[in-house]
Amino acid sequence: MGYLFDRLKNDLHYREGMQACINCGTCTAICPAAEYYDYDPRAIVETVQRGDEAELESLIKSDTIWYCGECMSCRTRCPRNNTPGLIIMALRALSQDTGYFAESEKGRQQIYLKRTIGHNILKTGYCVYAEDIGTDTHPEQGPVWDWRQQHWKEVMERLGANYQKPGPGAMRRIPDDAINELHKIFEITGGLKQFEKIEEYSEKKARSLGLQWDETLDNEYLQQTYNGTRQNS
Amino acid sequence: MNRGKQLIWQNYQKEIADDHFFYVRSCIRQNFFPGAEATFLRILKDVLQKDVYDDPDHTTCTGIGYHTDIVPLETTMTVVARQFALMTEKGYSHFIPSCVTSFGMYLEILESWHNHPEVLEQVRKYLKEATGRSFELPANIVHASDIIYKFRSEIAQKAKYRLINRYTGQPLRVVEHIGCHYAKMFPHKSVGGAEFPRVLAGIIEEWGGEVIDYPERRHCCGFGFRQYFIKANRGYTFSSVKKKLDSMQPYSPDLIVTNCPGCNVFLDKGQYVISEQEGIVYDENGYGIPVLSSEELAGLVLGFDPWDIGLQVHQVSVEPLLDKMGVEYEPEKKYLGKENIPLGRPLQPTVLKTI
Repeated sequence: MGYLFDRLKNDLHYREGMQACINCGTCTAICPAAEYYDYDPRAIVETVQRGDEAELESLIKSDTIWYCGECMSCRTRCPRNNTPGLIIMALRALSQDTGYFAESEKGRQQIYLKRTIGHNILKTGYCVYAEDIGTDTHPEQGPVWDWRQQHWKEVMERLGANYQKPGPGAMRRIPDDAINELHKIFEITGGLKQFEKIEEYSEKKARSLGLQWDETLDNEYLQQTYNGTRQNS
Repeated sequence: MNRGKQLIWQNYQKEIADDHFFYVRSCIRQNFFPGAEATFLRILKDVLQKDVYDDPDHTTCTGIGYHTDIVPLETTMTVVARQFALMTEKGYSHFIPSCVTSFGMYLEILESWHNHPEVLEQVRKYLKEATGRSFELPANIVHASDIIYKFRSEIAQKAKYRLINRYTGQPLRVVEHIGCHYAKMFPHKSVGGAEFPRVLAGIIEEWGGEVIDYPERRHCCGFGFRQYFIKANRGYTFSSVKKKLDSMQPYSPDLIVTNCPGCNVFLDKGQYVISEQEGIVYDENGYGIPVLSSEELAGLVLGFDPWDIGLQVHQVSVEPLLDKMGVEYEPEKKYLGKENIPLGRPLQPTVLKTI
């Protein structure tokens, strides 16, 4: 056991998710990510349980920990009450805390998530704010979504939303006081610090890769994390 | 059911409060299906005469940020504590999230606080420092679909339509898809547990339909949070959707019912994706299988106008289902805005037929 393991063991997700694994592989059998990726939650839990510091470091620098979809199907099936999905959450937190997330292609995607979902939360009070998120970036949303984007406000009002107005209702304008409280919570509890870390390590990586970097979503580095490198080659 | 089975089944039930609810909205449902939330509140208030509070001050629970791992646990816990504080301040203790991701996350956090009281104390301090607020834990926390399930008989008694094919007189064949975070993490907090979830099957059967069992019934829809939000990962999402649809197709479903807003998006839009990429459509007439949430289906059987419920915002056209159920509707009003202002109409996909 070493420095990384000591930090991992203090993570509440790890404490809740890791009991004692018998390596039966039931989690891998039920796992949607294991059907799609070269991914094996059983092997991850085994690595973590073995306690080898070098293996742990290599794991949190790899794409592997980012394949899980956090559906938590593994929790239902584990005969020993482990939750590999929660262990993954602890490994991802450690990977971000140490900056190792920027060493893998899938880990580098965190900056895009931070600048979309993270920014939505602090700016609007919603995780998802889909106005102006069109089929250019989300082609699978299809023609009915295109129609909705063209008439966003009108469709919202037709369906009883309280679009961008004060008071209760769907898609209401969340009051400034509530947004300010969210900011304060993020400041006090480490949310803002985590956002800053994601920015800092990502910028460092962009510079070392020689990729263009700025504060938008459109620079080379963010576009590569969003679209994947295969598409750019 | 014999007595032994009845006793076992009692272990799979959950307590669902009868009245006085504090409602928290879903980010995805508000953006994608705002009419479903309006329908849910209309059913609770106008049809069932219940007291429900819709607080303008609540925010995202951060759930999608939490499950894309950008928001730390302590932050999410304190935002959740703020939602509970609003509930407490308004004098409520029965908490209903619209979202299944939120529902699972609230349960997870309550369990963590139960197991680690020192964490709860720390969160109380964080919330006090950040907002000056304090909070009680909810006495009852149920998902919106639990409420529909609880009042399924009352809804059936007031229903205008049943899930019966009026052309054949046979029950409609219905797939129920339950969001993973409803029962897979905390089976004892769901109706029926993770093995025998009844929350949607119960309403379908009560309203006259037949529930289809199929091999991939409990497979995830494939949202996977980061797996959909990042374009490079989306093959994960739509492979999962295809796996489910391929598995249910031989049973000829008339309808898919969901309780999770995300699943609703992906099972609906996924049919468009698969039709464009693979040329496959999952019903014999080329329209696909309509996907409705439990709120939308409840509104429909109660006789609400389908275009007030918001069924026009689904990619898969619902008219074949409306026709089978004998629902009266005005086709020309589908794409009108408020006060009947015409809003044009969506383009046709290449393969999937739409109305």
